[in-house]
Amino acid sequence: MKKLGLASVMLALLRREFAVALRQKGEVLTPLVFFVVIASLFPLGVGPESALLLRMAPGVLWVSALLAAMLSLQRLFATDYIDGSLEQMALSGTPLGLLVVAKALSHFLLSGLPLVLMAPVLGLQFGLDGRALGILMLTLLLGTPTLSLIGSIGAALTLGVRGAGVLLSLLILPLYIPVLIFGAGAVEADAAGLGFGGHLSLLAALLVLSAFFAPLATTTALRISLE
Amino acid sequence: MLEAGRWLYVAGANGVGKTSLLRMVCGLAPVESGQILWNDQPIQSQRDAYRQDLCYLGHLNALQESMTVNENLVFTAALGGVAPEPGQIDSVLAHFGVGGRGEQLVRHLSQGQKRRVALSRLALSQARLWVLDEPFVAMDEAGVRMLADLIAAHLAKGGLTVLTSHQQVPIGNMPPQMLELRA
Amino acid sequence: MNTRVIHWFKFASPQNFYVLAGRMWPWFATLAALLTAVGLWISFFVAPTDAQQGEGYRIIFVHVPTSQMSMFIYLVMAAWAGFGLAFNTRLSGMMASALAPTGALFAFLSLVTGALWGKPMWGAWWVWDARLTSELILLFLYLGFLALQASIDDPRRADKACAVLALVGVVNVPIIYFSVKWWNTLHQGASVSLTRSPTMASTMLWGMLIMVVACWMYAITIALLRVRNIILERERHTEWVKHALE
Repeated sequence: MKKLGLASVMLALLRREFAVALRQKGEVLTPLVFFVVIASLFPLGVGPESALLLRMAPGVLWVSALLAAMLSLQRLFATDYIDGSLEQMALSGTPLGLLVVAKALSHFLLSGLPLVLMAPVLGLQFGLDGRALGILMLTLLLGTPTLSLIGSIGAALTLGVRGAGVLLSLLILPLYIPVLIFGAGAVEADAAGLGFGGHLSLLAALLVLSAFFAPLATTTALRISLE
Repeated sequence: MLEAGRWLYVAGANGVGKTSLLRMVCGLAPVESGQILWNDQPIQSQRDAYRQDLCYLGHLNALQESMTVNENLVFTAALGGVAPEPGQIDSVLAHFGVGGRGEQLVRHLSQGQKRRVALSRLALSQARLWVLDEPFVAMDEAGVRMLADLIAAHLAKGGLTVLTSHQQVPIGNMPPQMLELRA
Repeated sequence: MNTRVIHWFKFASPQNFYVLAGRMWPWFATLAALLTAVGLWISFFVAPTDAQQGEGYRIIFVHVPTSQMSMFIYLVMAAWAGFGLAFNTRLSGMMASALAPTGALFAFLSLVTGALWGKPMWGAWWVWDARLTSELILLFLYLGFLALQASIDDPRRADKACAVLALVGVVNVPIIYFSVKWWNTLHQGASVSLTRSPTMASTMLWGMLIMVVACWMYAITIALLRVRNIILERERHTEWVKHALE
């Protein structure tokens, strides 16, 4: 048998996630539909006045993206936990941290990236112009990986627990607040002439921080859940 | 103290803690008192190396239902850091009586067939220590024979095995070391 | 010197700590009661009327201590949690669990007293200033901790999971605070500082200090009492508990 390097192992895991996702398309598409529905609820709630919607747009789209990302987080480890695959992954020679990063990456590619691509369409509904849409997409692109990384901690902590879905949200949402603030604030800062560079750097910093520390917390949490 | 080529039979009534003990041996569950040593070193100090040498089969099959048998086994091998040769998986599956089902989704297999696929992981594994939790459960006679022979072959190559079972199954000519757990 | 080292480790066992806590809490309770009495007396009778804020400002004698304690308790909780994870001791997890409800209570009181202060001062029950908003998020973190604890049946696993959560939270608290400040200044929201009192009379400062220590004593008392209950509940299968409850 041929020996495999770590990169190949990670690719194998990514391939597995994608294979499962393609065969259970509903589970991938539902959060996206959710994203659209939530974002559309806000104008219904506050009225269609265009100036108001324009001001609200970045915040509304960011909050909707947060909630949609969280929906799909529940599935991150749950199926593998139930059928015993997670146990095998924890017992394999491959470091669990690597697998966690691969899972978070696949979560970003399967749920975060589609959100980034769909946001402009919704943004148009709110009356955002091209420049604002571009900034919004950039912030989502930088922010959604962080959401996946931080979210994996919550997913690992609530494995097999009663009421895991809602509990996950309660645990993770406070931790998402900095990402929300910097992500949603960028468009408005730019509109106010303050530039969005600062916000983007802060988002990038949060991404780097969570890329370092979240896998550590998630692996610890996974091993605790597997005890 | 279990030496190369020997196997340990953990016996005890239901609920006495056989599964917990096996999970402790794997390093999954924490040990309240005492230590697990592998090659005379505690397993905590050689985590990755120990796991490379370990293959655990618990009550769960660890098979992703939405993937094919081949995909599952290739993935398991990848976790162990190896890629099987072409045809190797087919021959292993045939040996376990589920030959030709490589391209079937796991979802479409019967319980017995899923269990055999899970067991075939053992044949593909390069681990020296096998920890098996009730591997003979729900297997017919031929299946039990085949698994016993597989374990015997593994032991003959210098491997070790720890297993629990409600049935007394002879493994080759090797008598087991016994560990009886009592509540 | 040697014997003293052995002494401390003895108390890492729940059974011994149970006895120690039983002896300690009355002292802390007395201190708490005394200091609260003194503190409240100072706040209501001794501290002068504030030139700008009249009598209503006196609520800060409760607001400031409770908000400081809520943050300090979270730190202590996270420290116990980290200790428990690192050294795999049972008592550390129990201490963290004992502190959490009190910390949540202080956070909640801080928000309520903040609102009670805000209404007469700025005409609104709630202002989204950086400190109040951060305090709200801290309350969410506490509630998350309590919820996670409640949903996991196995106490050891619950302790460890909550420990991870507390550590993740403690790392995030500065980040959250910074981002909320940023958010606040960007939107030029109510930039009132509820502790902005550059011309505080020394009696006011003394009053607040005494109240802070009083809250501290109260927190320790309640934590000791609660941890005794937790010990009894978790160790109820052991011999010494069965004797103790006879």
